[in-house]
Amino acid sequence: MTINPEVNEINKEYEYGWSNPERYAVKAPKGLRRDVVEMISKAKDEPQWMLDFRLKALDIFYSKPMPTWGADLSGLDLDEIYYYIKPEGANARSWDDVPDDVKQTFERLGIPEAERAALAGVGAQYESEMVYHNLKEEWEKLGVVFLSIEDGLKEYPELFREHFATIVPPEDNKFAAINSAVWSGGSFVYVPKGVKVDIPLQTYFRINAESSGQFERTLIIIDEGAQAHYIEGCTAPAYSSDSFHSGVIEIVVKEGARFRYSTIQNWSHNVYNLVTQRAAVYGNGVMEWVDGNLGSKVTMKYPACYLLEEGARGEVLSIAMAGRGQHQDAGAKIVHFAPHTSGTIVSKSISKDSGRSSYRGLVKIYEGAKGSQTNVECDALLLDEEARTDTYPYIEIEEKDARVGHEATVSKINDDQILYLQSRGLSEDEAAGLIVRGFIEPIAKELPLEYAVELNRLIELEMEGSVG
Amino acid sequence: MTHQLEIRNLHATVGDTEILKGINLIVPRGELHAIMGPNGNGKSTLAKVIVGDPEYTVTQGEVLVDGQNILEMEPDERARLGVFLAFQYPVEIPGVTIANFLRLAMQARKAEGEEVSFTEFYGKLQSALKTLEWDESIVERYLNAGFSGGEKKRNEILQMLMLEPNYIIMDETDSGLDVDALKIVSKGVNSMRGPGLGGLIITHYQRLLDYIVPDKVHIILDGKVVQTGGPELAKKMDTEGYDWVKELATA
Repeated sequence: MTINPEVNEINKEYEYGWSNPERYAVKAPKGLRRDVVEMISKAKDEPQWMLDFRLKALDIFYSKPMPTWGADLSGLDLDEIYYYIKPEGANARSWDDVPDDVKQTFERLGIPEAERAALAGVGAQYESEMVYHNLKEEWEKLGVVFLSIEDGLKEYPELFREHFATIVPPEDNKFAAINSAVWSGGSFVYVPKGVKVDIPLQTYFRINAESSGQFERTLIIIDEGAQAHYIEGCTAPAYSSDSFHSGVIEIVVKEGARFRYSTIQNWSHNVYNLVTQRAAVYGNGVMEWVDGNLGSKVTMKYPACYLLEEGARGEVLSIAMAGRGQHQDAGAKIVHFAPHTSGTIVSKSISKDSGRSSYRGLVKIYEGAKGSQTNVECDALLLDEEARTDTYPYIEIEEKDARVGHEATVSKINDDQILYLQSRGLSEDEAAGLIVRGFIEPIAKELPLEYAVELNRLIELEMEGSVG
Repeated sequence: MTHQLEIRNLHATVGDTEILKGINLIVPRGELHAIMGPNGNGKSTLAKVIVGDPEYTVTQGEVLVDGQNILEMEPDERARLGVFLAFQYPVEIPGVTIANFLRLAMQARKAEGEEVSFTEFYGKLQSALKTLEWDESIVERYLNAGFSGGEKKRNEILQMLMLEPNYIIMDETDSGLDVDALKIVSKGVNSMRGPGLGGLIITHYQRLLDYIVPDKVHIILDGKVVQTGGPELAKKMDTEGYDWVKELATA
């Protein structure tokens, strides 16, 4: 049991950057290899089809080159990553069964408080397995399923297999292939027809071991006419060597259903965060992504809505904040396959010091998707001269009777605003913080209150000393 | 301690141009003084220098608030001493509600560990909104965002009422106001008048001074106070214009 000696140094800069001594039941060797994949599948006691799927994905991974577009990934050495770590006490059912140091981590994250606040199902991910998973009884009665992805596979094998990897196949991109080969942890959610879940389902992710990848896989199926809101929060402790996170989120929103997926990610500043998240939306269904990207070294993330049937609607609201040495390459994809489908993308980014935020978004309207439209709005706020922002809008329209609107603005915090707020008694830092909060308000207001508060607090931490 | 705003031999420049060329003024608490004079002679510069706008450089002189020189202080420290500027052009801060902003500004005046209580905040707000004949829903709007000129000015007075300054500086608050709005704004200011409040009312026009009757009137020309008198001086300016003062100044 050793504590990384550098952690204390980093703690000063990163509030959630503590770590606990590592305690693991299973830790695979470094690197992405066939024996590691087999070991994962065996440790999870999986059916043969899943092992076959993983091995096929491994071959796809080997065959695909690293992407050369987007952010700079040259600092990411995929051979130096641990692809599977299983902590002790995995899948404990009640809080009392969770080992003390794991519990401490969660207490610092405020999860018991969230529980006390009568929030819905709390599924918390520690390393690569669910260690704490609890779902309110009344929902179980309604048939709502909120399980770890592993339990989802065991308990609902047919439903699972029907949808798994249909939205994001391993061929999609190199990182989806990695995830498909070594996925571990994540959530499985099913909301039955017509059931409306009005309290958000939520989960927390953390990476604790140095160089441990986190390859969570989430599969969410919202059946016809059902409604739900799922929230994922991420905070990772700070470490000296680079860490790697590559999740895959697949969502099916069936006819007339409505679903919102909200994420606030606050990875420590050495994490490569390369995520594929995509929703398939059927007739008159509504999918909303609310996506906050703070922290990490590099993030590449483009939440997608595939609007497959008439009347489907997709929305992506995202905020990115990039500080020194960070690159947030974030955006959205809206793809119209059917008539009268509609989309909205609102992307806001804040850059400071040498940080760089890029909006990268695709809007595609296939021929025949008559009467479809998407509006894109991206606003960038630069806090100083060193900061950088870019916009890469990709618009592909094959249908004549369709419309895409794109508006982009770049602004700086202006001295008159600072003076005005200072003249009312706020310090210069408080004034700048308030202006930034105002800038992200259109997105923060879409989050449940406690998350909006946390988002604002995280941004304030990032902002400290950034003006003047 | 003398409870007054004192400006001593104040010189200030913007870029290479000297705008204030030795302003002297004393405004005791309990008095409101009007500052008049033609455009481009330093009235607004005086307001900006008092509040601490970094665009202006003070080259000489002092601004004393209750005996304390504030010129080395940050704008927020000046505000916490009780100085309040009602801006001529209030800026827009999108995404920040008036309610949230007012609470933060009130909180900034509290000692460490002290919180603005809901009852304190809400009680004050109710009474201020009533004075300004404004519906409560206004405080859920974003600070000045999309406000008309009149609404912006009214919002300055709302902040003034909430923050209870000791010294107010009103920089052409009457510009762009119709008569009804002018009356409401004046009512707000008058409701604060008393032995605890001093200040400067910068204006071109007598009509504001019909509603907020000043204790004294100063005329600024070419960066200096050239004439001081009672309310009748403002009336004279209104009927006779500035020419006679200019002659006086060059005589």
